[in-house]
This record gives sequence, C-alpha cells and structure tokens, in this order.
Amino acid sequence: MADLNVKLWRGDENGGELVDYNIEAQDGEVVLDVVHRIQATQAPDLAVRWNCKAGKCGSCSAEINGKPSLMCMTRTSVFEPGETITITPMKTFPIIRDLVTDVSFNFKMLKRVPALKPKPREADGTYRMYQEDIERGQEFRKCIECFLCQNVCHVIRDHEENKTNYAGPRLFIRYADLEMHPLDTNDRLSLLQDKMGLGMCNITKCCTEVCPEHIHITDNAIIPLKERVVGDRYDPLVWLGKKIFRKSKAKTTVTE
Amino acid sequence: MTTTNTNSDNNSITAVEIGKPRGGPKVRTLRKDKWWIQPLLTTIGLSLFVLYGIWAALRNGDYFAGLLSGTSARNYLSPFYSPCVTHGCQYTTVPIIGTWYNISPAIVILIFPMGFRMSCYYYRKAYYRSFWFSPPACAVTEPHKKYSGERKFPLIINNIHRYFWYAAVVFAAILTIDAVNAFRFPNGQIGMGLGTLVFIINAVLIWLYTLSCHSCRHLTGGRVNLFSKAPIRLWFWKKVSVINPHHQLYAWLSLIWIAFTDFYVYMVSSGMIHDPRFF
Ligand code: SF4
Ligand code: SF4
Ligand code: FES
Ligand code: FES
Repeated sequence: MADLNVKLWRGDENGGELVDYNIEAQDGEVVLDVVHRIQATQAPDLAVRWNCKAGKCGSCSAEINGKPSLMCMTRTSVFEPGETITITPMKTFPIIRDLVTDVSFNFKMLKRVPALKPKPREADGTYRMYQEDIERGQEFRKCIECFLCQNVCHVIRDHEENKTNYAGPRLFIRYADLEMHPLDTNDRLSLLQDKMGLGMCNITKCCTEVCPEHIHITDNAIIPLKERVVGDRYDPLVWLGKKIFRKSKAKTTVTE
Repeated sequence: MTTTNTNSDNNSITAVEIGKPRGGPKVRTLRKDKWWIQPLLTTIGLSLFVLYGIWAALRNGDYFAGLLSGTSARNYLSPFYSPCVTHGCQYTTVPIIGTWYNISPAIVILIFPMGFRMSCYYYRKAYYRSFWFSPPACAVTEPHKKYSGERKFPLIINNIHRYFWYAAVVFAAILTIDAVNAFRFPNGQIGMGLGTLVFIINAVLIWLYTLSCHSCRHLTGGRVNLFSKAPIRLWFWKKVSVINPHHQLYAWLSLIWIAFTDFYVYMVSSGMIHDPRFF
C-alpha cells in the first residue's frame, strides 16, 4: 500500500510547528489509528487525547485538513492516495501540547447554567411527564461533549474576547433542554440574551455542520430559544397579552 | 423543593481566562476543499435575484395578461405586482392608493416579501456567510476585527421576523387567489393554460416556504413545554416540524419560481410568447 503523508502539529503554549510524518497506509483505518501508529513508532512523546475510539466519548476532537472532526470517526479512505493529511489541535481553545487542548472553558460555561428547578410534586408525591413533553429534549442529550461545535463557532473562534460572555452552541442545547423541560420552573431567557450571548449567534449553522451526533443545534435549540426571547422582549403583542391576561408564568427569572 | 440554581456564589470558578496561546498554524484556514464555492454561489444567486427584482419592479408594465375591463375575471397578474393597489394598475386588486401615485405599483407591496426574506433565519445565514463573510465558511476565519452578532442596530431588527410572517401569510393567500384566478380566462370561461400551472406551482412553493418558517414553527408550539396538555398545538407543531428542515430548499425554489412567474407573465403580456392553453 502507498504511504500516508501526515502533518501533525507539535508544540505547546510557547509555540510549535507542523511536523511531517510518513507512514505506511493500512486498510480500514481511521485517522486516530494513524496517529497512534505514529506515536508508537516515530513520536513516542506525541500528546493525543482519546478514550473510546467509537465516537462516543468526545475526547479525540481535532481539525483534520482544517475541518473540525473526531479523529476516531474519520476514515483514512476518504483521502485521495498521496494526499497529505494535516492534523491540528482545536483552534479555539488554549493549547496544552500537540493535539491536546484545554477545554475547561466549556465546563465553566456548563457551571453557569442554572440547574433544573422542578415544580412541586403532585398530590401523590410523584412527578409525571409524558413522552411528548420530553421528546424535544432527547435529541440534545445525545451530546458527547466533543466541543467541536464550540470550537467551530466563529463568535469565539475568531473573537477571543467574546469568550467571557458566550455560552456557545453546546451549552445552548443544554439551555434549550432545560427551558423546554416540562417540570422546570426557572426562566433563563434574560440570562441567555444578556450574559450568555444568544444574540451573538448569527445562526450560520457551523455548529450543526460539525456535530458528530447530528444534533440540529441551530434549528432545534438556538432558533427556538431566540424565538422565545423575541416573544419576551421584542414582540409587543406577546407583551400586551401577558399584561392583559396576567399570565403569570410561575417561573423564577434567573439572571446570574 | 430547595434546589438552588444561582451560580453567583461560584463566579470565581466559572471566570474565563482569555488570551491564552492557541495551537495550530496561524493561517486563515487549513481547509483544502472548495469551501468558497457555496458562498460564491449564494452571492451570485441572490444578486441575480435582486437585479431581476429591480428590473421587474421598475418595469411598471406588462405585468398583467388577461381581461382588462368588465368583470373581475382575469388570469395572470405577476406576483411582483399582486395585490395591485393603485389606481394606475393594469389590473387593480383594491384601489387603495389614488391616481396621484404614478410610479410602479410593485414598490408599494414588495416591502413585505422583501422584509420577510431579509429577516428569514435561512437568508440571514446566507447573507451573513456570503456577503458579510461572518464567517464565509466553517473554520475559515472571518475578516472582521469586532463582532457583536445580532444584538445591535440594524441586525437586531431581524427579531421582528414574525411580523413579516403575519404579512407573508396574507400574501400567500393572495397568491393562492391569483392561482385560482389563473383558471379564469377572458370572456368568463374556465380554462387552464401553461401559465395556470406556473401560478399553481408558485402558490404551492410560497406556502411551503411560509409554513416551514421557524417563526411559524414557534407560533404553533415553540413556547409549549407541556405538549401533553396541548394536543392540537402539538399536532400543528409536528406538521410544521416535518417541513421546517427543508426551509432552505423552499427558500430557493420559491425565490426562483416567483421570478420565473413574473417573467412568464411578462412574456405573455408583451406578446413574446403565446400562452399554450390546455383546455
Ligand atoms: S449557528 Fe450560532 S452557535 Fe452555531 S456556530 Fe454559528 S454562530 Fe455559533
Ligand atoms: S452538540 Fe454535537 S458537536 Fe457540540 S459538543 Fe455535543 S456532540 Fe459535540
Ligand atoms: S476517541 Fe472517543 S470520540 Fe474519538
Ligand atoms: S421565513 Fe425563513 S425563517 Fe421565517
């Protein structure tokens, strides 16, 4: 079999470079296999994060020929024979070493999400939910936290300064999941719009394009959240309706 | 229940440090595929439509083919000019605007479909990517230094999309009436020509585009958290959710077809072609 030409980013916070590796191609491999073979035979000090090799743990996120992807789910057969495969770490997060980045930003944003605050139990002491009430959120729970969506999102990828007030697509689906939850009584819409950067997203859908779980992040989470915010803030009819009918939402607005 | 949910107490752990060094080469993109094709095609497509639209709207003639006087029977009125609301119209739907108005009647009404499409979630994506390069394609650095999203004027206006949607429903209804009227031929006969088919397809595409709208989806059930208590809304929401994923397709098809419908009327009206009649 022909050889594979692989360029790997080697370096840490002090800088780095693309290093060429040449390795024999093998049938049925994914990019992560190749990286592992390079590590085993040519670069024992190569740092790469992985766990499941099955597209389920979300650890092996990287950029392959510039496209944010899971290394374990990208087959080498998709490349032309002789094509150079360039593998770089996720661009949006601080570099630790080689292909490993510091993704703690995402967990900090997760911590900022106001938790589920369920309404009181029913008279018999239980909670009842029906399938149709929780169906929408199930899609969001397929998330494997690979953070490829966070990485590709231009709001923080191209504008580091936005990171302080931007939850990002992975967390927007978390917010959507909670906001649509049949038992929840927290209202996170103001928080989302004012401090979590929902209005920063310009629905250009790159998050949806890269999601390995094919979650419709933009269509099913971000746009529905934006529409809810519109109802709260920018729609005089809804506002008037609320005034007239005094529809108390029985919800607690969380702004921090 | 005593679930606490404020995070103010752990603000320090959630503080984000910015400006740490990133990995990878400092280049605009490492993508090797033709990522620029899509924004390019979008730019060309939208520009062509805008140019055509300007020509069509300013044409102020040959936008109607059919019976000019007498009964309300008519056949083809260009969707760019429907409803025709000025006294100077070749065919007046409702004469709201008097004789003082003597420029093209298309201009009065086009603001609605234009606003609808300009604030549409899909077209927003399309023009942010292709005209504003924000971003031009995924994982391709955008050229702007600062970015504030849709939070400021003028982009914040896009939030009134649902109001344009209300108008769009009225317009879709009018275009449906136009399609029905396309069965009415001069002298009160009922018939069908190639143009009738063009009008029917136009109405169908406009409905698909309008009903697959994200604001429409929200209106049907986006706000509902307890679908088990709102079965009717759930039913509507599910129906809209079937067509909503194809919204982009309908956006393009209906855009192309509405221009074609206008051009068809122009061709018939100006005598360039003869509308073939089926029966
Ligand atoms: S759709 Fe919004 S959240 Fe998703 S990548 Fe684009 S800007 Fe970011
Ligand atoms: S939403 Fe998709 S892309 Fe984003 S972290 Fe979850 S699985 Fe990854
Ligand atoms: S190694 Fe688990 S997702 Fe790739
Ligand atoms: S018309 Fe496109 S989202 Fe409403």
